[in-house]
Amino acid sequence: MKVAGTSLFVKALKEEGVTTLFGYPGGYAIDLFDELYKQNDIELILPRHEQALIHAADGYARSTGKVGVCLVTSGPGATNLVTGIATANYDSVPLVCFTGQVPTCLIGNDAFQEVDIIGITRSICKYGVTVRNREDLGRIIKEAFYIASTGKPGPVIVDLPKDIMLESGSDTYPKEVNIRSYKPNSKVHAGQLKKAMEMLRNAEKPVFLAGGGLKLSRAGKEFTKLAEITKVPVVTTIMGKGTMDTGHPLYIGNIGMHGSYAANQAISECDLLFSIGTRFNDRITGMLVEFAPKAKIVHIDIDSASISKNVVVDIPIVADAKQAIEKILEEMVSPDGGNNSGSAMECNTASWLEQINGWKQEHPIGMRKDAGMTPQKIIEKINRLFPESIVVTDVGQHQMWTTQFLEIKEGKQLLTSGGLGTMGYGFPAAIGAGLGNPGKPVICISGDGGMQMNIQEMATAVALELPLILCIFNNSCLGMVRQWQKLFYDGRYSLTCLRSHRNCNKHCGDFSGQCPPYSPDFVKLAESYGAYGIRVETENEIETAFLRAVKNKQAPTVIEFMIDSEELVLPMVQGGRSLNNMILEC
Amino acid sequence: MKKRWISLFVENNIGVLAKISGLFSGKSYNLESLTVGTTEDPTVSRMTIGLNSDDVTFEQIKKQLNRMVEVIKVMDFTNMSTHMKEILFIKIRNCSKEDKTEIFQIADVFKVSVADYGTDSLLLECVQTETRNDALIKLLTGQFKQLEVVRGGSVAIESINMTDR
Repeated sequence: MKVAGTSLFVKALKEEGVTTLFGYPGGYAIDLFDELYKQNDIELILPRHEQALIHAADGYARSTGKVGVCLVTSGPGATNLVTGIATANYDSVPLVCFTGQVPTCLIGNDAFQEVDIIGITRSICKYGVTVRNREDLGRIIKEAFYIASTGKPGPVIVDLPKDIMLESGSDTYPKEVNIRSYKPNSKVHAGQLKKAMEMLRNAEKPVFLAGGGLKLSRAGKEFTKLAEITKVPVVTTIMGKGTMDTGHPLYIGNIGMHGSYAANQAISECDLLFSIGTRFNDRITGMLVEFAPKAKIVHIDIDSASISKNVVVDIPIVADAKQAIEKILEEMVSPDGGNNSGSAMECNTASWLEQINGWKQEHPIGMRKDAGMTPQKIIEKINRLFPESIVVTDVGQHQMWTTQFLEIKEGKQLLTSGGLGTMGYGFPAAIGAGLGNPGKPVICISGDGGMQMNIQEMATAVALELPLILCIFNNSCLGMVRQWQKLFYDGRYSLTCLRSHRNCNKHCGDFSGQCPPYSPDFVKLAESYGAYGIRVETENEIETAFLRAVKNKQAPTVIEFMIDSEELVLPMVQGGRSLNNMILEC
Repeated sequence: MKKRWISLFVENNIGVLAKISGLFSGKSYNLESLTVGTTEDPTVSRMTIGLNSDDVTFEQIKKQLNRMVEVIKVMDFTNMSTHMKEILFIKIRNCSKEDKTEIFQIADVFKVSVADYGTDSLLLECVQTETRNDALIKLLTGQFKQLEVVRGGSVAIESINMTDR
């Protein structure tokens, strides 16, 4: 049967099991939205800005494991996706972004709302393609979903010219994909794994480093089992946090710039670093030559380009994390065909664990107990009140505090923009997580800076009746940059005060001028959208505020926590310094 | 740092060349020459890429190329027996009679052909290895002032039995 491109498009989405689509219409996408209007299987969500739209799709994808789907118009609709595409690309989030495009006869004409979105996004997506022939439409959409969700997942852009979408053609949507140039790795090199396990067995001070790849392959249980059998302690990157229960006795903490002292010491002192699913970003390695200087390094990653890119490794293993760990567990249960139990794999780590626990006690992460309402106290309250929840953060100090203090057990998830560090990510991603996980509490932790980067989404959250709890850690400034200015730039607070006015003394630095009390008043702002707003100024109001928020089941609640602007994220490794050179207090 | 050669098989699609060259500029890899054309299979394009890099960067370049969805195969030609040639045109202007005689002699020794002839100018057409072309350009720029040079970049294919670098 012959159908219009728009009709095949909707059919394709249904065959891919899409139930939620994040869309923003416009002139060159109007026909697609018209076709979507005629059906009821796919829920259409209208965020208020395309950047927020793609972050919402990203939050949906991260929290559900499904592909997030965006549909926007050409030109500005497409360019507004750019930050979100890069965000998803760095954190390997499966997205398929459909962009409207001018008719093929107008491409290259500088037509109204024409941009070369495939050219613009070439270096920040996994794959991008303009559909130039109606007969290719079905195959291209099929391939887009396949590429986005397999191997190392990532965003795929499909550009849809208006004339192609109106053209009549085949209604067949292919069942299978065969791309000769794209064959995701599905094998595990047993020989390399054996060597790695041999090394682990002989190590005296081994450490597992768990990255975001472990979370992506949903291998938390298998990984924990591996750590338990081998008795090897575990450190994580920010993206890997939560792979293992953070309360587990073998869990040490995060490594890197704001990692824990014990975790960074463990990296610096270990003799075997067994890393899985990380790309050794500069924020976790610090000075490269001083990174794990005493260790042999094993690295399992699905992306061969992530191996030996920054840190040169001794045993590279290109494999999916889950498949590799399962293989290890299989081999260990019956090593060399024998019937030995896992005990053969147990490493003698007792004294090493003792040393690590010593470091933990020497410099635990924590804020002053007498400093009133600290971020630590707020996050600890979240730990206690919401053991099963999805916590989404924005980017900055509050994000680092969350990664330091949030407890993650089974049933809890942390979503954060780790790679690109995109301010404005948190709130819309929480909307996506809320949509994908009805009934589950979704808590967004944001700053007063990042919250304002996508504040318009309050309208979306209210319209969707999502009971999100939106915590704003309001310190009246762009805290993370201000922290650097305080520590490394002699307190020259260039453009980091969010309450400053045009005629302020720029040397003020302590909010002693004629500051407006609020900028903005988040409580009033929330109320103006039809959400609830609560302001919390002291420690003993924290719990009440959360309990009030939980009662609002049909609308989001903003809780504005007024925190001290001088609060710092510590400990800290200054950029480019080695991990064992931490600033522990100021 | 060392000269390297890659032979790259890619999908013959719009934008693939931009993607490959964009990888080099975006990641600050040093790209020296890139040639591209379709193969016996019109849906496949083959590129010959010449670059200068250290070992670690070169490994990374090959991996980055390999992970691109449109890349079918990456072959490292650096230490392989190949046949490799580059086309080069050199136009020499303002030649005296003596100059022309000299150029014909050079052409003879370098085994390049004189492709065109004017009253006071000559055009040389050279299909040589990149290094021989470099040497010829060096020689001619030392002797003549008004030169116009256009180079095509090398193309390469694996040897069967004979090797000619």
